Amino acid sequence: MKLRTCWLFASLALLTVGLFLFDLTVGSVGISVRDVGAALMGGDCDPTTARIVLDIRLLKALVALLAGAALAVSGLQMQTLFRNPLAGPYVLGVSSGASLGVALFLLGLPLLGASGQVAFSALGMAGAAWVGAAAILLLIAALSNRIKDIMVILILGMMFSSGVGAVVQILQYLSDETALKSFVIWTMGSLGDVTAEQLALLAPAVGLGLVLAVATTKPLNLLLLGENYARTMGLSVRHARLWIFFSTVLLAGTVTAFCGPIGFVGLAVPHVARNVFVTADHRVLLPASALTGSVAMLVCDIVSKTLTLPVNTVTALLGIPIVVWVVVRNKSMA
Amino acid sequence: MIELVDLSVGYRRRKLLDGVTATLAAGELTALIGRNGTGKSTLLRTVCGLERPLDGAVRLDGCDLAAMTPARLARTVAFVATERVRVANLRCEDVVALGRAPYTNWFGRMQDEDRHMVARALEAVGMGAFARRPMNRISDGECQRVMIARALAQDTPVIVLDEPTSFLDLPGRRELVSLLRRLAHEERKCILFSTHELDLVLSFADRAMLIDPPQLCTLSADELAHSERLERLFGIPTA
Repeated sequence: MKLRTCWLFASLALLTVGLFLFDLTVGSVGISVRDVGAALMGGDCDPTTARIVLDIRLLKALVALLAGAALAVSGLQMQTLFRNPLAGPYVLGVSSGASLGVALFLLGLPLLGASGQVAFSALGMAGAAWVGAAAILLLIAALSNRIKDIMVILILGMMFSSGVGAVVQILQYLSDETALKSFVIWTMGSLGDVTAEQLALLAPAVGLGLVLAVATTKPLNLLLLGENYARTMGLSVRHARLWIFFSTVLLAGTVTAFCGPIGFVGLAVPHVARNVFVTADHRVLLPASALTGSVAMLVCDIVSKTLTLPVNTVTALLGIPIVVWVVVRNKSMA
Repeated sequence: MIELVDLSVGYRRRKLLDGVTATLAAGELTALIGRNGTGKSTLLRTVCGLERPLDGAVRLDGCDLAAMTPARLARTVAFVATERVRVANLRCEDVVALGRAPYTNWFGRMQDEDRHMVARALEAVGMGAFARRPMNRISDGECQRVMIARALAQDTPVIVLDEPTSFLDLPGRRELVSLLRRLAHEERKCILFSTHELDLVLSFADRAMLIDPPQLCTLSADELAHSERLERLFGIPTA
């Protein structure tokens, strides 16, 4: 590996650790770095402070770390697979699938007369979102086995998203106010609603997704040249696609299930990683995107906590200028 | 090296080539010519295993292509497509290194031998000085040379190129085809390329395969110059 790449990785890792600790100090109550350290190390500090740090903020920061890495890696995979700089984790309909799951759960069940108690349990909501995302992806994966042209799959993904969006709107239209409100809040995204039990599900799912992503680095590198070249270099494109889809549903699907749809991180971060590391090699880009994604998500979390805004609005407002900058820069360079 | 045995290619409703037979040897540069839509690309894609034949077989190096594993196929035939690859931040040597994919491990780790092959392939096409240039900042001719270097790095006895001279200016086309001729003769490769440039075929290719739908006839360059088929197919005098 080149010296520059090593330096960049080292500084990114340091930045991640720094932001992670800083994230623990930020919130409705200011807590000093020393107290955070004491709480983490089990040292001498106020028990209330320790509880805030360990039970609330640590959980949230861990979720931010995982969600950022997962969305960025998933976005990278989709951009390479579809050879499209505007692809992201949600291009296959993962987020609309998840929305449909949640909508059916929050809005559909009460319509069918099921008890409200079941409908609002958080774990059930995440489960419904995950099932929805996985269902859409299975459908696309099944179709992609029959369809050769990746652009057709991209169009199918977009059409599915729109169709599912319409169904979700129908459900919204028919629903009562409370159910509608909890659905809208879910669509705004939140890192803080994840409980320790949910994290115990989210972390291994994202971990498995990342392992799969690492296993698909060579296929992704070959796909840079397009599917014809990849196939003549010995890649089974169908298998590679399925593994990449599976990895993406684990990464983006799981994060979306637990945190709601979080926009722009998956779209913007891979571009930042490419421009900072000046490479197209996924062996470098994958860890680079994961780390940059974590950094971006921690920054967004810190901003959203400071200004008390939904995290989705922060990722969009910070992400859009980056995407615009990347597009303009690449155009003027070509 | 390449044997077409009773091969039919095309689509379900439209057969482009019907039961054609041909043999191409190692160390020879063969040009595939024919009018638009007569199945040049489809034949080339079939030889690379990208399309399945409707009937008959392609034999590479004595083995039936249909029975080869993808890994084995990737060590037997390399392909250069018409489409231009312009990936930002991807350097020429990275592209050529991808050609080593059939020989590297699951992570694509390069050994000394792989690096040596990459450097040699770039030198062979005269692009040694461009190794660290990104692919999106070189000319079309340079880009095509890099893609040929990638095929060389794949270290296969057969190389197939689909219209490698399109997008190039006249001197560029001549240089490219003479490069292909040199590689075929010096590296003992069996090289098959499709083209519309009849003059280049006449001056550089060892043989020509002419598509006379739905038949295919193989001629030496001399025979081609005196064949009345060219005149009939393209409506031009060849003398």
